Amino acid sequence: MGIVKAEELVYEYIRRDEEGNVEGITTAVDHVNLDVAPGEFIAILGHNGSGKSTLAKHINAILNPVEGTVWVDGMDTSEEEHIWDIRRTAGMVFQNPDNQIIGQVVEEDVGFGPENMGIPTAEIWERVEESLKAVGMYEYRKHSPNKLSGGQKQRVSIAGVLAMHPKCIVLDEPTAMLDPKGRKEVIRAIRGLNQVEEITVILITHYMEEIIHADRVFIMDGGKIAMEGTPREIFSQVEKLQELRLDVPQVTLLSHELRKRGLALPEGILTAKELADACERLRSGSMGR
Amino acid sequence: MLRDITLGQYYQTESVIHKLDPRVKLGGTLLYIISLFLFHSFVGYVIAAGFLAIVIGLSHVPFKFMIKGMKAIFFLLLITVVFNLFLTPGRELVSFWKLTITVEGLRMAVSMAVRLTLLIIGSSVMTLTTTPNNLTDGMEKMMKPLKVFRVPVHEVAMIMSIALRFIPILMEETDKIMKAQIARGADFDSGNLIQRAKALVPLLVPLFISAFRRANDLAMAMEARCYRGGEGRTKMKPLIYEKRDRVAYLCIFAYLAAGIALSRLAGMLWAGI
Repeated sequence: MGIVKAEELVYEYIRRDEEGNVEGITTAVDHVNLDVAPGEFIAILGHNGSGKSTLAKHINAILNPVEGTVWVDGMDTSEEEHIWDIRRTAGMVFQNPDNQIIGQVVEEDVGFGPENMGIPTAEIWERVEESLKAVGMYEYRKHSPNKLSGGQKQRVSIAGVLAMHPKCIVLDEPTAMLDPKGRKEVIRAIRGLNQVEEITVILITHYMEEIIHADRVFIMDGGKIAMEGTPREIFSQVEKLQELRLDVPQVTLLSHELRKRGLALPEGILTAKELADACERLRSGSMGR
Repeated sequence: MLRDITLGQYYQTESVIHKLDPRVKLGGTLLYIISLFLFHSFVGYVIAAGFLAIVIGLSHVPFKFMIKGMKAIFFLLLITVVFNLFLTPGRELVSFWKLTITVEGLRMAVSMAVRLTLLIIGSSVMTLTTTPNNLTDGMEKMMKPLKVFRVPVHEVAMIMSIALRFIPILMEETDKIMKAQIARGADFDSGNLIQRAKALVPLLVPLFISAFRRANDLAMAMEARCYRGGEGRTKMKPLIYEKRDRVAYLCIFAYLAAGIALSRLAGMLWAGI
């Protein structure tokens, strides 16, 4: 069994009127199966209301499944006695950096998680130091979070989770409120964690460019998993992505359109460099003839 | 407008005062405030002001940050002074129209103004040199004995520290909403008191909604980071008294003793003349 595993997961939001009668039921997550191996970088993608955030909250036991089961490192999230172990195994970073920083000073915020876990003081300091270094925020340790940029705040939030030594980090649209520069900073930090610290990463996002580095991508639509595969496999299916109202990266779209016009480019081109190389090969090929 | 309140704003720098144990600063501030009301002579106020000046000097916080807190209570100060000046009965000093200023009134007004100013600046020194987290840690530890009476000491401290953390964020938000409403034709500055109060409704409603949303998010983030109350929690920065803290306590008591003795002495001399 993987580090995170969901089986036939269903979650429903129940809307009630003022008297408490059930007005309607929205199925946010609809029979989802997921199996994440340790050390993997998973991206979950979908537009608003696709159920991706609801799915994320199950991994941290913030929500409990209506049907089906979620296991984190072999622990069933619906069992009350495992809840704190689950939360220290699967850390969670949320969308709004302002609403998840508790400390008034960067280092105090990073120490909040270990404090809650009852870690001895000397070890808290070690963990804070290494976590801040891992996200490149060590020189800001004495600063007030209010004076940092969005990308920096979000990196502090990631350090706060990292200090709890999780095996897996779930990031729920961590870049949605950031500018392009901040987005790059955060994605770089996340990739670093995955590659250097070998932490399993589950990145929830609606930015296509951010999933390029993932090992596997899940695309959610209407609570169901609509597509699954490596980024290259996913981006080979431009029409299907457009059907799901998802933006395809410009380079991928361009090469797709060129292919449709008869240029012999491979499917699933992800970066500008790949496209340039492919064009170069085409050119030298035709010249050789 | 709301930004001028310095209380609850930490000024980051390195100094002896910053490093002191928050319990020393809390206790010291309390004793200092009490001392202001114990001293009845101008000699006492001079000593109090001198003591405060030394502490401010040691704290390396620019003086203008201390003054900022004063702006917010300026009107309160003015009202206190005016009322004391005109409404204290006693020996007549000046009199015009229906108003009389008495010698006692003048004395009372000046001493009230001095006391309030020193009180506000004194407590600003504490909040400027102590991180709110540190401050609530100090309170939590000082009030720990109250736990016997089932007072939720840890919870109160946590609530306070979170409130302090969100003050600047909510202020920024107020500013943003205000500008958004002004852009859509809201008028916050004209009309009588009732009209102005009514104009605040479109400001307060979105502010409250956003505050609740933030509270919800924050609670979720805290739980996700294993927060479950004060039980079994360790401290990253535990409070332990050090040598400098003992020295600081000594200084505070020395100040108190000197102040009381000197102001008594001055009082006696005054009476002697």
